[in-house]
Amino acid sequence: MKYKAVIGLEVHVELKTNSKMFCSCSADYFGQKPNTHTCPVCLGLPGALPVPNKKAVEWCVQIGLALNCGIPLFSKFDRKNYFYPDLAKGYQISQYDKPFCLNGHITLQNGKKIGITRVHMEEDTGKLIHETVDEKKVSLIDFNRSGVPLVEIVTEPDFETADEVKEYLQKLQQIVRYLGVSNADMEKGNMRLEPNISLKKDGEKGLPKYKVEVKNINSFAFVGKAIDYEIKRQAEILDEGKTPVQETRGFVEKNSSTVSQRVKEEASDYRYFPEPDIPPIRWKEPEINKLKETLPELPNVKLNRFQKQYGLSLYDGEILTKEKTLADYFEEVFKIGQKNRVTAKQIANNIINKKVDIGNIVPAKLIENILQSEKKEDINADELRNIVRKVLKDNPGIKEDYKKGKDSVIQFAIGQVMYILKKKIDTNMLRKLILEELK
Amino acid sequence: MLFLKKMNLNNLTLKQAKEGLKNKDFSSVELTKACLERIKATEPKLNAFVTVTEKDALEQAKIADKALSDAVELPLLGIPLAVKDNFSTKGIKTTASSKVLESYIPPFDSTVIKKIKEAGCVILGKTNMDAWAHGSSTETSDFGASKNPWNTKHLPGGSSGGSAASVAADQTIAAIGSETAGSIRQPASWCGVVGLKPTYGRVSRYGVIAMGSSLDSPGPITKTTEDSAIILEVLAGKDEMDATTSPKPVLKYSQKLKKDIKELKIGISNEYFIEGLDKEVEKNVKEAIKKLEKAGGKIENIKLFDPKYAIDVYTIIQRSEVSSNLARYDGIRYGNGRGAFADEAKRRIMFGTYALSSGYYDQYYNKAQQVRTVIINDFEKAFGKVDVIIAPTSPSLALPVGATKDAAMFGEIADVLVEPSSIAGLAGINIPVGFSNSGLPIGMQIIGPQFSEELVLSVAFEYEKITQTEQWRKLKPNL
Repeated sequence: MKYKAVIGLEVHVELKTNSKMFCSCSADYFGQKPNTHTCPVCLGLPGALPVPNKKAVEWCVQIGLALNCGIPLFSKFDRKNYFYPDLAKGYQISQYDKPFCLNGHITLQNGKKIGITRVHMEEDTGKLIHETVDEKKVSLIDFNRSGVPLVEIVTEPDFETADEVKEYLQKLQQIVRYLGVSNADMEKGNMRLEPNISLKKDGEKGLPKYKVEVKNINSFAFVGKAIDYEIKRQAEILDEGKTPVQETRGFVEKNSSTVSQRVKEEASDYRYFPEPDIPPIRWKEPEINKLKETLPELPNVKLNRFQKQYGLSLYDGEILTKEKTLADYFEEVFKIGQKNRVTAKQIANNIINKKVDIGNIVPAKLIENILQSEKKEDINADELRNIVRKVLKDNPGIKEDYKKGKDSVIQFAIGQVMYILKKKIDTNMLRKLILEELK
Repeated sequence: MLFLKKMNLNNLTLKQAKEGLKNKDFSSVELTKACLERIKATEPKLNAFVTVTEKDALEQAKIADKALSDAVELPLLGIPLAVKDNFSTKGIKTTASSKVLESYIPPFDSTVIKKIKEAGCVILGKTNMDAWAHGSSTETSDFGASKNPWNTKHLPGGSSGGSAASVAADQTIAAIGSETAGSIRQPASWCGVVGLKPTYGRVSRYGVIAMGSSLDSPGPITKTTEDSAIILEVLAGKDEMDATTSPKPVLKYSQKLKKDIKELKIGISNEYFIEGLDKEVEKNVKEAIKKLEKAGGKIENIKLFDPKYAIDVYTIIQRSEVSSNLARYDGIRYGNGRGAFADEAKRRIMFGTYALSSGYYDQYYNKAQQVRTVIINDFEKAFGKVDVIIAPTSPSLALPVGATKDAAMFGEIADVLVEPSSIAGLAGINIPVGFSNSGLPIGMQIIGPQFSEELVLSVAFEYEKITQTEQWRKLKPNL
């Protein structure tokens, strides 16, 4: 039987604000001594109250704007009530029915639009550490991460393949990095992915009746593997005439499979209600416009511009705009290069082929390098031809090898000519000359 | 000022104590000692305190005396205050009168505590309350009920019952309480003291153990209106730590008390003279209104929603918030587990959890919020016609000990007359207007629009002024 995969994605992005979402503790928890970045607010002590981090809220809205979302003028925080030891207050402050951003999309290379249902703001939880202390198995709680700002980006079930998901994720990661709001480092948990996957028969309308969510995925490669595994697993179940169980599964790295973690019969009851400690947010149009105006040029726009303005190929453009710092570097180099008649293409080739270390080589230096390497000296054409002839005469092996099809010998001939000449010249031109003489 | 030395210093009002300290008639240590002695003498009968911080208090008093001798001027310098046990106090046990927190010592001060400390006050200790502020009697306290100083067979009301009893019994110069719906005004009424519930958002909730987060309003419980105004000046204001506080400027309330009430429109609503209202309460309040009329106030009959609708709204919203606010006491921290919750808290957690459950949210919480808006609009309409509304604070006199037994909705019914204004986040004040034949105090409330503290205080002050010579004002509890 032929099936079509129906895949949706929830991505959590941790913002790199200086302070946490609702208190002034440092949000930089990675690798810190446990429970050193805490205060009454993020520990959820009696009476402590959350005050939203303005920067985090603005960044969340900017992510939404970058993802083509609409920004409702009224928004609010809600309490999501559930019990877990790493949840200090017994509820997570999140957004329920009035998120900051709604109805956006990311367009894939093939022109397909992936719908973004919503982008909302919430807080991270603490972290449980299971250890053996004095031969006793204990669970410890580190609240350093508690209250770190998280943005959740939820898509429509618009993906059909693992490749689409990977491309979307790369684009999303690129966008948040462009915005400078998150390092989006998978390994540090700055970006967390939860795909939900189900299958329907080819041609079948509507959504499947079940959905399988996969957790514990910490790389884009694994998300692809998890999806591929699920598609195969679910197809086998459907082939037997059964329906896969609605559940949460965990990804197992060592054999790229998934295992059942928790069966979800129905949606959990989080008893959402408006967070009474935080007044609703009422935006004014000009405030949103200002956030829009301060957005940096986004990757797709930059790529188009690079192609048009600098006449770069799609390939070169994609590499150069992959990261904003590289793109900025390129433009910086170009600006300096213009004065020296160095072309964009030359710069692009140089950066891409020579894998320039942009952290160490300042733009001016790079231009210098390019000029140095491409410096040509005028040379009398007859003089050059004479040297070529001399080299070929002195080295009869060159002609023999060349006739046997050893093209590499040309490089040797070039070297010999340059050695005699002691000048930098256009090697392409020289190669042509040698080939002429060999005929 | 010789007479001051003769009387017990603890009997002084805040205003008098301030003057005495300033004039060096006595020291803060003397004043504090007088209060501590009174506490020692009367606590066995009253149980107004959960914790008395004698050592710290004397320490603070000494520091205050040093400052006084250096002519430092601070609004509460050297003044002993009692604080309800739901205000987080750094280094001092803060239990909210629940066993769950019986050994919890906060590592931080609530904003109110921070402000009164900065204003130079001396903290005598933490007063008893209904556990988690759930109730209007102090009978739900896990550390035993407090008693009404006017008759210890009766309750002081609640939840700020310890604070109100402590002020009435002159254990302290003044006290801090908190009101969700009635928890300042109702015990103030039952104990015959002044209790101000400021507008929601006027005083910071930061560090106050949350009850109904969208309603909680800390405020002063005092012997006079002027004292109330002095303390409100200290407490009020925008707090960076509480996003629901208002940036509206804080007025010099204590200097704006004297206001001509001629032409003041006083709204009286029949709906607040409910069936079952104690006859003596009704009589005293109506007489009090007449006195204000005689002083120039214009009495206007207005129609307000029957306060009984507020009970449902309040019950649903408050219990929903409670169920979420108490979730953090999960047994992992604070020493005691969920088993340490007493029945009232358990009932409220279950009720609130149910009301917020999927499928019921629209039917209960959402509907309650809609009715809340209707009530807010109803008050807005009323305040288009009148300046303040006057009504009885409590439908009854202080009830006898044991009254809450088997009465799960006791608090809501006792607070029926203060719930609508709490739901609407309005400013309100209880002031004593007399006594019943049985010797129990009777209170009247003055309700004003949001942020009308200046107005309600000045009406209360006017009433105090015109009734200053009445005999009942000289009464003191016989303990």
